[in-house]
Amino acid sequence: MNAAILGRTYANGEMIVREGETGDCMFAIQKGRLEVLRTAKDGEVRLAVMEEGDIFGEMAIFEREVRSATVRALGEARVLTIDRKTFLRRVQEDPSLAFNLLRMMSRRIRRLSLEIAELKPGSPRTQDSLSLTDTERQGERRRTPERRQRAERRRAAYRRTSGPAAARAS
Amino acid sequence: MNETSKAGSPCHGLASSFEQENDRLSLADGSRVGVVGGGPAGSFFAYFLFSTAESAGLDISVDIYEPRFFTHRGPAGCNYCGGVVSESLVQLLATEGINLPTSVVQRGIESYVLHTDVGDVRIETPLQEKRIAAVYRCNGPKDSGPVDVAGFDRHLLDLAASRGAKVVRKLVSGFGWQDGKPQIRTTDGTAATYDLVAVAAGVNSRALELLRGPAPQYQPPGTLRTFVCEFHLGREKVSKCLGDSMHVFLLDIPRLEFAALIPKGEFSTLCLLGEDVDEELVESFLATPEVKSCFPDSAIPKPVCHCFPRVNVRSAVRPFADRMVWVGDSGASRLYKDGIGSAYRTAKAAARTAVFEGISAADFEKHFWPECRTLIIDNKIAKLIFGLTALIQKLRFLRRGVLRMTAREQLDAGRNRHMSNVLWDVFTGSAPYREILLRTFHPLFPLRLGWNLVAGNLLRAEHKIIVESKR
Repeated sequence: MNAAILGRTYANGEMIVREGETGDCMFAIQKGRLEVLRTAKDGEVRLAVMEEGDIFGEMAIFEREVRSATVRALGEARVLTIDRKTFLRRVQEDPSLAFNLLRMMSRRIRRLSLEIAELKPGSPRTQDSLSLTDTERQGERRRTPERRQRAERRRAAYRRTSGPAAARAS
Repeated sequence: MNETSKAGSPCHGLASSFEQENDRLSLADGSRVGVVGGGPAGSFFAYFLFSTAESAGLDISVDIYEPRFFTHRGPAGCNYCGGVVSESLVQLLATEGINLPTSVVQRGIESYVLHTDVGDVRIETPLQEKRIAAVYRCNGPKDSGPVDVAGFDRHLLDLAASRGAKVVRKLVSGFGWQDGKPQIRTTDGTAATYDLVAVAAGVNSRALELLRGPAPQYQPPGTLRTFVCEFHLGREKVSKCLGDSMHVFLLDIPRLEFAALIPKGEFSTLCLLGEDVDEELVESFLATPEVKSCFPDSAIPKPVCHCFPRVNVRSAVRPFADRMVWVGDSGASRLYKDGIGSAYRTAKAAARTAVFEGISAADFEKHFWPECRTLIIDNKIAKLIFGLTALIQKLRFLRRGVLRMTAREQLDAGRNRHMSNVLWDVFTGSAPYREILLRTFHPLFPLRLGWNLVAGNLLRAEHKIIVESKR
């Protein structure tokens, strides 16, 4: 076994974190690949595959919530644990320590936004950015005629000032 | 200097806003930064200067003056250091996205073995995970055959170069000023003028003396002579005798403060700290049975490389001036421990200040000096802690109590590990000394220590506590 390594080695399929468990640390992948799984109605759904250099489990550092997903090794993988205490102690003195995490979380949000957009019916919504989604249509049906009229007036006003027509006029 | 940025692109808005505040000294697009020394402090400074400049939309250039390639074995490429990357630094670097490859890590350390004349005890990390890295600062010890080693300093320098730093392979021969800007002169007779110079030379470097003229207010740090040597044991014997543990010694030897044996690939590194360490002290240390027991057949081989480097034990005075800043050992460092961690902290603070605040002495005093001051205050507490450690070294009955308490904690997984955690952090340098001291104020700490002092000294059957012998 190689002694010149850092972190802990996990065998293929071994679990690093389990969905629903409490945690007080995050992890940095030193080597190998990990899969992120979440329990759905029909069983486990793979949300993502992470690779060397990725950091995960950071939500447990910032909020005292249970783990949102399970993470398992895909083949042999090596993972370094980063304690909440070590991170928070230092980030008090040097807030820029969080930059890398923020960048990584920002990338994830961007990717998730794209995935959500792709899942929406009728996407991409390029024809009219104000067209209604299914959820919005349900909301419309629940509105009273007066509220519907008010909403329609607001929508028309928005179209006049900043909608596609206004853009064409300018 | 500000003309370029005023006409700069809109994406440089944040940088421009910093520059337009007033006529204060600041970095702008096109600014040149010189770094003297390509050890961890210099490389960290360049790396974080680029990172923060990128965030602020600044386009700067950085030259790192480092004549060594770090590919030589022995002193030619060495920075004279025990070569341990602390548990906290390994984690912080991983958070920053800097992971140490296996070619750099010579051994992952997961535990410490404390050796005393009344017994040994192994202190394990609660996670049982390798989070301390034993590294070589150069390419292995002198007189060793070619070994598969990638030096830590080289790795960091390459990292800084990958961000855009230019490594100038020239020896610095002098400093001066030209039109109010610092100038670096090299042995080949050339000179380069910079908007900012960061001095990241170690305390064993001549560069610090060269700077006394151009920066008269700066006073170099106080130093202490130490001893570092390398033994070639071979990979198998290193694993058998030392394992994945760092071995520390609390022995009642006059002038000795701290000693550690660190496993690294085919070698083991011995570090001695104390009052003016000399050959006599080294010999008396190596002659003790506790040290001999860590070597194959209890025989100490001839070292393949040794040196008496100096370490920073008192911070520099005013490690900043207009357009100049001293980082790492040449500025402030933690007492005896985590020198690389101190280099990371001070280098990053200097880089942040230079990009976001300014490069005048007042800017560094306001935004960089507090980081140094935190280390200085913590070092005062460290002196108290090392004073207590010296007392334990001197008094055998105290050693018995400390050892018994630690051994009991290690045997009982569910127990609160008060003494183990204190010793772990003292040895690893992972936590601030202030935090270590506060842990001893836990009401159970003196109670348990008191009981173990009584039990450890009365129950002489337990005189020799050997908790673990997986060495």
